[in-house]
Amino acid sequence: MTTLSPSPQAAGTGGAAGPDRPPGPARRLAGLLHRRPRLRLAALLTAPLLWLVLAYLGSLAALFLSAFWTTDSFTSEVVRIWSSRNFEELVGSPVYRTVALRTVGVALAVTGLCALIAFPLAFYTARVAPPRRRPLFVVALLMPLWAGYLVKVYAWRLILSEGGPLDWALRPFGLSGPGYGLTATVLVLTYLWLPYMALPIHTALVQLPDSLLHASADLGARAGRTFVSVVLPMVWPAVAAGSVFTFSLSLGDYITVQIVGGKTQLIGNLVYSNVTLNLPLAAALGTVPVAVIVVYLLAVRRSGALRSL
Amino acid sequence: MEGMAIRLTGLRKAYGRTEAVAGVDLEIADGEFFSMLGPSGSGKTTVLRMIAGFETPSGGTVELAGRDVTRLAPFERDVHTVFQDYALFPHMTVEQNVAYGLKVRGVPRAERLVRARAFLTRVGLDGLGRRRPAELSGGQRQRVALARALVGRPRVLLLDEPLGALDLKLRERMQVELKEIQREVGITFVFVTHDQEEALTMSDRIAVFHQGRIEQVGTPAEIYERPGSPFVAGFVGTSNLLSGDTARQVVGTPGTYSIRPEKIRIVRDPAAPAASGLATAAGTVAEVVYLGDSTRFLVDLDTGGRLTAVQQNLETSSADLAGFRGARVALRWHPSHAVRVPETT
Repeated sequence: MTTLSPSPQAAGTGGAAGPDRPPGPARRLAGLLHRRPRLRLAALLTAPLLWLVLAYLGSLAALFLSAFWTTDSFTSEVVRIWSSRNFEELVGSPVYRTVALRTVGVALAVTGLCALIAFPLAFYTARVAPPRRRPLFVVALLMPLWAGYLVKVYAWRLILSEGGPLDWALRPFGLSGPGYGLTATVLVLTYLWLPYMALPIHTALVQLPDSLLHASADLGARAGRTFVSVVLPMVWPAVAAGSVFTFSLSLGDYITVQIVGGKTQLIGNLVYSNVTLNLPLAAALGTVPVAVIVVYLLAVRRSGALRSL
Repeated sequence: MEGMAIRLTGLRKAYGRTEAVAGVDLEIADGEFFSMLGPSGSGKTTVLRMIAGFETPSGGTVELAGRDVTRLAPFERDVHTVFQDYALFPHMTVEQNVAYGLKVRGVPRAERLVRARAFLTRVGLDGLGRRRPAELSGGQRQRVALARALVGRPRVLLLDEPLGALDLKLRERMQVELKEIQREVGITFVFVTHDQEEALTMSDRIAVFHQGRIEQVGTPAEIYERPGSPFVAGFVGTSNLLSGDTARQVVGTPGTYSIRPEKIRIVRDPAAPAASGLATAAGTVAEVVYLGDSTRFLVDLDTGGRLTAVQQNLETSSADLAGFRGARVALRWHPSHAVRVPETT
């Protein structure tokens, strides 16, 4: 008994320091925060919420608001008169409709291509490659993000140029590169946004338990069936999550298409070229991608993918 | 050979230089409830995975019902597995999980639903077919895994420590139920566990694994009463070994002997005369462990060595036991209960 309980002297000296000394200001503040959960929440969120409301939502509101103004056609000055003319022009003009559809088409094509390329890549890095080398491959997947955007796009401009490396590589097969244009735009955007698709898929595949694949095979499923019935449904949310990045990034891009797109016009170009001449029209054009992305996010949410973002 | 569900011959598995399984020969009969018992790292799970086809042996063969399946993929073997983590498909409902194996094999939709529901009823999960695995408790998931593996009526069912994650009460209930289900469906069960009590209660036969080899195969009674090696004597039940000098003085002949704690009677008065034919040893009680229904006495023998004796608390209570520590006692047992254990060479 006596050996188990601590001696009275030891307990006395050890306990004296705590309760007797008055608490410092840091301790008092910590105590106050502990007792007031609302104060705690306010301290945590005030700054980011201000930023979100003013910078994010504020600019979006300004965009919507100015989309309903007009310009003086002689001076290009903004006239603050309420009018829905910009949107009527947007819907009525076949040019804008074509460009809007083309932009959505490019974004969808880029997203599809990214998924098609990223899946086998991520499957290798996540499930085939030896686990020790996995971090190395993840770094390799993300490496394109280290270089500057313009550097990469201009590199592609060189690659795609007439008589450039791509033409040269394809010549033995009797083919030539796509040249500058819509195809080149899709190709370069796919290259640019691939990591945003590959990383979530890689993560999902790494987290996929071996035992599920074993269970499927154990119950009689061949590799193809296991892929369709187990792997794909479980990784699908990650594909959808990645597609939110590739889709929205493609939708807003206007630089790549300027550099490798030839005469191709996307919404981004139209916004860019109208900003100085007709700001309200540019704003109205700018609402198109916002609306498309909202629709896309709603569709993705239905698949349950946003939960894994 | 007829009536043989599984035959393993010279089975080996090496990972680099470590041998997880170092030569296992084993035959398991049709309809048997067979347990592979051993501590973690003893190779029992690796053997199970080689039977299922998840691991390729480094040597030796696996035969199922007389057919060599060593090189076949898991989906080519008439064997299903209940996984330690259950491995239920989280994106499917309980019903879809159970019907998955039937679907893969092309059983029509209506039939597979009927069969899946019937098995869910059998394991007591009536009406839960539309739930997702995440909405079930651990015990319920365990039953889904069991139903999913059994609904296809495999020749052999492999169970990889399936009760390990359940609490004690549920585990005891599932032990009884598993045994019932096995008797009912008549399928060979191969059950991997590190819990010796579980193996003893459920199995027709047990193989005790140690360091990648089988130390002993036998019925629960054989394993418990006649341990084939000091390891088995220690792993199954309480280690109660006498060896060397102590053995010679207490038992009379040198060697290693195992005496099960419940076979030893403890006598408060060392001088009391022993009934004829009983072996006896005097000692001092070093520790008294109260277990509720019984009490465990750790006794240091005068001749050296320590024996554990267990007594049912028929008339004693914890208050009576307090004075026992340090007391001089005599231990008595029938000589036939001191079982000679072959030394491992």
